[in-house]
Amino acid sequence: MHALLGENGAGKTTLMRILYGLSRPDSGTISIGGEPVRITSPADAITHGIGMVTQHFSLVGPMTVTDNVLLAGAGVGRLDRRNGRRLVVEAAERIGVGIDPDARVDRLSVGEQQRVEILKALSRDCRVLILDEPTAVLVPQDIESLFRSIRRLTDAGMGVLFISHKLREVTTISDRVSVLRRGRIVDTVATRGASIPQLAELMVGRRTVGVRRSDRQTMHDTDLDAARSIDEPDLEVDALDVPVDRPILSIRGLRLAGPSRNALDGIELTVNPGEIVGVAGVSGNGQTELVQVLSGVRHPDAGTIEVNQTDITGAAAADVIAAGLGRITEDRHACVVPHLTVEQNLVLEDLHRFRRGPFLDKRAIRAHASELIERFSIKAKPEDPVATLSGGNTQKVLLGRALSRDPLALVVSQPTRGLDVGAAEFVHTQLIARRAAGAGVLLISEDLEELLALADRIVVIYEGRLVGELPVADATPERLGLLMAGEAAA
Amino acid sequence: MRTFVPQLVQRGREPRWLAPLLVVVAVALVYVATAAPIRAAGANPAAAYERYVFTPLTSTSSLTEVLLAATPILFTGLAVAVAFRSGYYNIGAEGQFLAGAVGASFAGLYLPDLPGPLAVPVALLLGAAAGVAWALLPALLRVNFRIDEVVTTLLLNPVALLGVQGLLNGPWRNTGSGFPVTDDFGAGYEMPPAAPGARVHLGLVIAVVIAVVIWVVLARTATGLRVRAVGLSPAAAGFSGVGVNRVLFGSALVSGGIAGLGGASQVLGVGQQLTNEVSGGYGYTGIVVATLGALSAVGVVLVALLLGDITVGAQNASLVLQLPPQMGDIIAASLLLAVVSVLVLRRYKFRLRPGRFTGEQAS
Repeated sequence: MHALLGENGAGKTTLMRILYGLSRPDSGTISIGGEPVRITSPADAITHGIGMVTQHFSLVGPMTVTDNVLLAGAGVGRLDRRNGRRLVVEAAERIGVGIDPDARVDRLSVGEQQRVEILKALSRDCRVLILDEPTAVLVPQDIESLFRSIRRLTDAGMGVLFISHKLREVTTISDRVSVLRRGRIVDTVATRGASIPQLAELMVGRRTVGVRRSDRQTMHDTDLDAARSIDEPDLEVDALDVPVDRPILSIRGLRLAGPSRNALDGIELTVNPGEIVGVAGVSGNGQTELVQVLSGVRHPDAGTIEVNQTDITGAAAADVIAAGLGRITEDRHACVVPHLTVEQNLVLEDLHRFRRGPFLDKRAIRAHASELIERFSIKAKPEDPVATLSGGNTQKVLLGRALSRDPLALVVSQPTRGLDVGAAEFVHTQLIARRAAGAGVLLISEDLEELLALADRIVVIYEGRLVGELPVADATPERLGLLMAGEAAA
Repeated sequence: MRTFVPQLVQRGREPRWLAPLLVVVAVALVYVATAAPIRAAGANPAAAYERYVFTPLTSTSSLTEVLLAATPILFTGLAVAVAFRSGYYNIGAEGQFLAGAVGASFAGLYLPDLPGPLAVPVALLLGAAAGVAWALLPALLRVNFRIDEVVTTLLLNPVALLGVQGLLNGPWRNTGSGFPVTDDFGAGYEMPPAAPGARVHLGLVIAVVIAVVIWVVLARTATGLRVRAVGLSPAAAGFSGVGVNRVLFGSALVSGGIAGLGGASQVLGVGQQLTNEVSGGYGYTGIVVATLGALSAVGVVLVALLLGDITVGAQNASLVLQLPPQMGDIIAASLLLAVVSVLVLRRYKFRLRPGRFTGEQAS
C-alpha cells in the first residue's frame, strides 16, 4: 500500500493519467513487475493489470451491478450473466463486502457505487489498483469500510496506490508515502516513522502553522490571535455595522424541487452576527442547490431568505449582492470568468462603482485590483487572465471580490477544496477575521476537520433536509458521520 | 540512431505575435491549396492572385468597387460579431438584412415625396426597426424558453426571402414592366455619396461609425464588459450579478438592428429598388467575416475589406483570365477553413522530443 501525497497541482493527477494511459509522458519508463511497458491508452493499462478508481465514477446508473462489471470486460457475443454474477460475488468476497449483483447501480449509495468501481477493476484481473482521492465522496463509516477492503487486497498481495492530499488518511492506511511537490517526488518514507507535520512540511516545502481551535469553546479572540500569528498582511477588518441582537441571515421553509425528490426540503436556518455556522453533509444532499438558491442563481419554490432583514428570496444575483451577502461557491469557474483578467473579474460584481461618465474608469479598476492583490496575497498581475492562475489564487480572487464589499453575511461553500495547505490556511484566517468583525458566515463543507476547526455550530444536511444541529463542542466526526449517513437524529 | 518525434504541447499563455503569424501561415496554405485548381482552370496561380488581391487596389474606380462590395458584409459582419460576442449565435443576419431592405422599401414606395434630408433617415430607421423586429421572436424564445437561437434565427432566413418574393410577385410587382422588382423609390431615397462625386455611398461611413462604436463599447464601457463576460462564461457572469438574459436579449436586438440597417443601406445605395437579389447571401458571408475577424470590430473591418477585394478581383479575373467567377468564393471559403483550423494551434507549442524508450530499443 503506497500512498501518493501532494497538494493540488503537485502532479498527482498527471502522474495518474499517465499510468492509466490518458496522457503520454515526454520521457521515462513505467515498469510493471520489473518489465518496462508502454501504456498509450486505458486499454493498454488494463491489459497490463492496472485498475483505476477515479473520483467521478464511470457507471451506467440504470444498469445492474453485474451488467456494469460485465460492461468493463465485454467482448463480443452473448452476455454470460450467470458467470457475471459469480464474478461479482467472488470479487466482493475478496474485498470483504456484501453486494447484491442484481441491484441497480443508481439505487446504491455513493460508498456502494465506489465498491462497484473496485469490483470492475478486480474483475479485469488487475495487479495494481489506483485509487484517486477515494475518500472525498465518502462518509466516515464508508471510509472505514474502504480501508478494510484495501487492507484485504494488500494482504492478498495486490499493490494499491492511494492518491490523496489528506494527511491523516494517508498515515492511517499506507505502508509507504511518496510526497509529490511541483511534479517531483520530494521524498518517499515509511509511514510508520513519519509524523503528520513532517509530511505536511514535505508537501508544501515549508513548516505550516495550522489554524486550530485551541479550545472547543467559541473563542473569537483566541482564533483571531492564532490567525494573526500567521504572517499575512493586513488582516485587520474593521468591525461591521451589524445589529447584534437578531440573525443576519435567516432561511425559513426553503424548498426547491429536484428531479426525483425535493433537492431542498424545508430548510430552516439562522446565522447570527459573529457566528460561523457549518453545514456538513455528503456531497449531493442539497448543498449545491442551497448555495445556488442563496446566491441568487436559482429561485426556490417556497420559503424565504433574509439578509439583515432584507428579503432576497428569488432576487437576482445583483440584488443579493446589494443586500450584503458575499458568496463563494464550490465551483470556482462558475464564479469567475476565466478569460477575463483579474482586475475585470474583481469589479464584475459592482461595475457601476467603477464608471467615469459613460466609460469604465480603468485607473480606479487597476487601483482596486492592486489593493486586493496586496491584501489577499494574490500571486498575479491585474492584467493576467484568471485562467492562468492556480486554484488557490483563483480562490483568493473570489475571496477578495466577495470580501471587498464588507458583506454582512457570507455563504461559503467548499472554500478550501483543492487548495494547498498554505492557501487553505489563508482562507480560514480570512473567514475567522470576518466572524470577529461581526459578519455571519454559513460555511458549507465536506471537510469535517475544517468545520470542526472553524464553526460555532454545525448542522447536517441529508437529502435536502437539515437532520441535526450540534454545537461544535458536542460534535465529533462519529456523531456527524451518523447524521450525514441519515442514520440518526440528533 | 536517435530519433525525434514531433509533438504538440499545450501552452499556458500565447505570445502576442502568434495569432498574426498563424494567419500568415493560413494564407500561405490557401495559396498552395488553390494553386492546383487555378492552374487546372488554365491560369497561372501567381497571376491569378495578383488579379484577386492586388489589381482591385490599383485604380480609383476598382477601389470604389471594393468599398461598395465591402459595405453590406461590413454591416452583417458587425451584426454577427455583436451577437456572437455575447454568446448569442445569431445565424439570422440574412433574414434581418432582407427585413431591413423591405422596411426601407416600404418608406421608398409609400412615402415617395419625402424630401432627401428626411427620406434617407426615415428609410434607414424603418430598415433598422424591421431588422430588430425580425430578430425579436428568436430572442424572446431564447430568453424566455431557452429555445436554441441557432435553429430559430436560421429558419427565419428562408421565411424572409419567401416574404420578399411574395411581395415582389404580389403587391410590390413593378407597375411598368411587370417584373418581380419594385418600382423605383421616390427621388429623395438615394443614399448620398460618402465623398462628393464618389460612387461609394454613406452606408460605408455609417458602417464604419458603427464599428467604432462597437469597439469603444466593448473595450471601454461597463456594458461591454458585461457582454464579454456573458459571452465567455454565462454562469460566472450571472453569479456576479450580470443580467445574462438582458445582455443576450439586448445584443440579439442590436445585432438584428445592424443587419437591418445594412439591408436598408444596400437597397437605398444600390439601385433604389427592391429586387430578389438584394442580399445574395450577405448575411451568411457576415458569419464568415465575423469569425475571420475574431469577432473584433477592427478584425471585421479588415476582413470585410479583404473579401470585398477578392469579390472584385474575382470578377476581374473571370474577365481577363477566363477563370470561373466561383473561384473567388472558393478562395474566400478556403481562407475561412484554413484560418479557423490553423488558429487552433495557438494553444499549442511545437517541439521535437527524443524518441521514446521503446522506440530506441527497436532501432
